[in-house]
Amino acid sequence: MTESSKPILYSYFRSSCSWRVRIALALKSIDYETIPVNLIKDQGQQFSEEFQALNPMKQVPTLKIDGITISQSLAIIEFLEETRPTPRLLPKDPKKRAQVRMISDTIASGIQPLQNLSVLKQVGQENQLAWAQKVIHTGFDALEQILRSTAGKYCVGDEVSMADLCLVPQVANAERFKVDLTPYPTISRINKTLLALEAFQVSHPCRQPDTPPELRA
Amino acid sequence: MKQVPTLKIDGITISQSLAIIEFLEETRPTPRLLPKDPKKRAQVRMISDTIASGIQPLQNLSVLKQVGQENQLAWAQKVIHTGFDALEQILRSTAGKYCVGDEVSMADLCLVPQVANAERFKVDLTPYPTISRINKTLLALEAFQVSHPCRQPDTPPELRA
Repeated sequence: MTESSKPILYSYFRSSCSWRVRIALALKSIDYETIPVNLIKDQGQQFSEEFQALNPMKQVPTLKIDGITISQSLAIIEFLEETRPTPRLLPKDPKKRAQVRMISDTIASGIQPLQNLSVLKQVGQENQLAWAQKVIHTGFDALEQILRSTAGKYCVGDEVSMADLCLVPQVANAERFKVDLTPYPTISRINKTLLALEAFQVSHPCRQPDTPPELRA
Repeated sequence: MKQVPTLKIDGITISQSLAIIEFLEETRPTPRLLPKDPKKRAQVRMISDTIASGIQPLQNLSVLKQVGQENQLAWAQKVIHTGFDALEQILRSTAGKYCVGDEVSMADLCLVPQVANAERFKVDLTPYPTISRINKTLLALEAFQVSHPCRQPDTPPELRA
């Protein structure tokens, strides 16, 4: 067993929630180790007794850092923000912080959980695509409207924030579920601008230790 | 998003309950709803998010409409059981008198309403002694009583306390 003081991230290459945290770690230049958790193989490695002990919700991401284990991507990101404050992922002004959190929560509570793997399993294979598309359309209809009043270069003004970390992975999900993004020009523009940044590239699903060869960049 | 709650305050309009609560915490810091220590804050947020992202959205009104009336109860119960199985485990290492240690936090604000949902969906709470204990302790506090669904301006007469 290797003793490491580096943070350890339990992640799945294609998990949008894991991607959010990977972006945060990259932006803050935090060096970490990845332990892949394959959500499909072995009937889902997240259900192993070992992983369940780390995260009783049996989901990724989970981060081991500073002697603690944290789950829930936004709780992890807020912890990173409070302990490694530069560069900022939340603006100084409380009103702008509220906008960042509102957008993040719209995605992390209002869209993603409704189209995650375990919910899709329950709606049944023949319904999955329509269900996921409906969920994402409903959420993006709202998000597009919200962003029209909060966005500058990025989701809130002109600085990258936690909201942007949530947006890009959710757009990738939308594309995977063949959601037509034409009704969402603001979402598309911001997504494109963000994908050009290094942190969003190194953390991309196609560049992870557990990316399958056929999907590797 | 066509959902409640939404709060108009200080000239802005905020939606998403946890975003609202964090704003209130930052602008009206007393009494605290988040501990000082970042590690305990992470625990509070993790528990809050487990409920606000991992349980409630999967059993809210619009999702239940989509699963169809005959499936609704089983769906809601499954979602809540899965979430409470995890929460009970988490709380066993974080809880004192309340969800995280001995001070009321944002996590407690998420717990009580979710337990009420569980009761409404006839979820058996016997497997969750920690959740039940904390819920009972919190319901004795005035803030949890004045805000209770049975005491609101729009509470129907037959449900009014």
